[in-house]
Amino acid sequence: MIDEIRKIVAERLNETDDKGARLDGMVALRRTGPAVAPHVFVAGDDLSTLEINPRYPLMTVVSRLHKRLPDIRLGVVARGCDERAYVEMAKRNQIDPERLVILGFACTAEEALECYCAEPFPKNLVVGTPAAPGPQNPIVAKYDTMTLAERRAFWKQQFVKCIKCYGCRNICPECFCEACAMEDKAWVEPGFLAPPFPAFHLIRAMHMASRCIACRQCEHTCPAHIPLTVLYDLMRRDMEALLGYVPGADLAALPPLSVTLEQTPLLLGDAHDPATIPLAPIGR
Amino acid sequence: MDYKNTLTTCIYCGCGCQMNIETLDGQIIGVWPSKTQEISQGKLCIKGWNVTSFSDHADRLTTPLIRKNGELVEASWDEALTLMAERLGAIKTESGPDSVAFLASAKCTNEENYLFNKLARAVFNTNNIDHCARL
Ligand code: SF4
Ligand code: SF4
Ligand code: SF4
Ligand code: SF4
Repeated sequence: MIDEIRKIVAERLNETDDKGARLDGMVALRRTGPAVAPHVFVAGDDLSTLEINPRYPLMTVVSRLHKRLPDIRLGVVARGCDERAYVEMAKRNQIDPERLVILGFACTAEEALECYCAEPFPKNLVVGTPAAPGPQNPIVAKYDTMTLAERRAFWKQQFVKCIKCYGCRNICPECFCEACAMEDKAWVEPGFLAPPFPAFHLIRAMHMASRCIACRQCEHTCPAHIPLTVLYDLMRRDMEALLGYVPGADLAALPPLSVTLEQTPLLLGDAHDPATIPLAPIGR
Repeated sequence: MDYKNTLTTCIYCGCGCQMNIETLDGQIIGVWPSKTQEISQGKLCIKGWNVTSFSDHADRLTTPLIRKNGELVEASWDEALTLMAERLGAIKTESGPDSVAFLASAKCTNEENYLFNKLARAVFNTNNIDHCARL
């Protein structure tokens, strides 16, 4: 797998398109000694240092480069979740699709299991064979059986561990707002730990409703081991059931929270028991 | 395009969390927690995530300062260290070792703080040592 990826990256970096243009670089992971970090490989680089683990949100690197270098054309070595992150970022003008080539590879069945991944491969699949989807997070199934009071108690117990590092937001490929509501004094008074319950964590949950593509980066970077993606999995399930929107699935599909809210009030229909929705949405 | 991630250790406390400082053409554009080392395992606290906020801050000291005629003046390390050795030596002779307190920093490594404690106790002969986190 990794050898094939390295070979294809080398080929792509040396290829010219019909206008004679080459890619300016390939975003991927690079090993330096024992450490691995995001990198931009260029033609002629030693590709034996290219790695696919551990996972970083590489589309954020693409976005940072696209914004700062308006002419740059990049490739990216992507997993399924990277490609889905790209879809939601591109439709919000964080990445220019015209300047990006996605070289996708399939995750292993074990990775799909660890990530509770519904689609452990990208659509631009170049290397590997798709593995079967992973299972649902068992906490989600358990959550469905809880009463409202139990759910509240569950999150209270989880959120009180939060050290307010903002790592979940910082690492999330879908959190790119210049002014973040989680730093707005109106919602989150500075200087207190744990942060206000449940506003702090529900701000992000609400904002992830049409954005979270379930890469699990936030949960992995959470020093307090809060099962954050349970919240977002529930949000995504509702988005699909109520509004037919699946984040990451379709570049042309407009996010319902951007188009519907102004005009039509959202109806929380019978697809889901409204009593199970603990609190009113928070937004700005 | 010169894109780099430079692996480094957080300077804010003695834990030693590691992060990559992400730069483009010499400008810092981000921080990625290191996922490949055992101490912090891809996690950081709020200080670590914001560790670069002072790096090109206008108030950052880049040389030692010596107060001359009431004014802080930039100085070389040689000049600053020589002055400190002379003054501390003189104070110790005049007023005794317990006339001075040593205040260490939580932003230094354990090893640096160990050496600082050695300097206070073994060289200067005082137990007056504490650290900034208690100030
Ligand atoms: S979420 Fe996990 S299994 Fe799914 S595509 Fe991403 S890395 Fe692969
Ligand atoms: S899983 Fe977490 S990091 Fe990934 S898109 Fe969803 S909220 Fe963001
Ligand atoms: S939490 Fe909300 S406001 Fe903050 S960066 Fe993420 S999407 Fe934007
Ligand atoms: S990563 Fe975890 S500890 Fe940090 S702000 Fe998010 S929920 Fe809180």
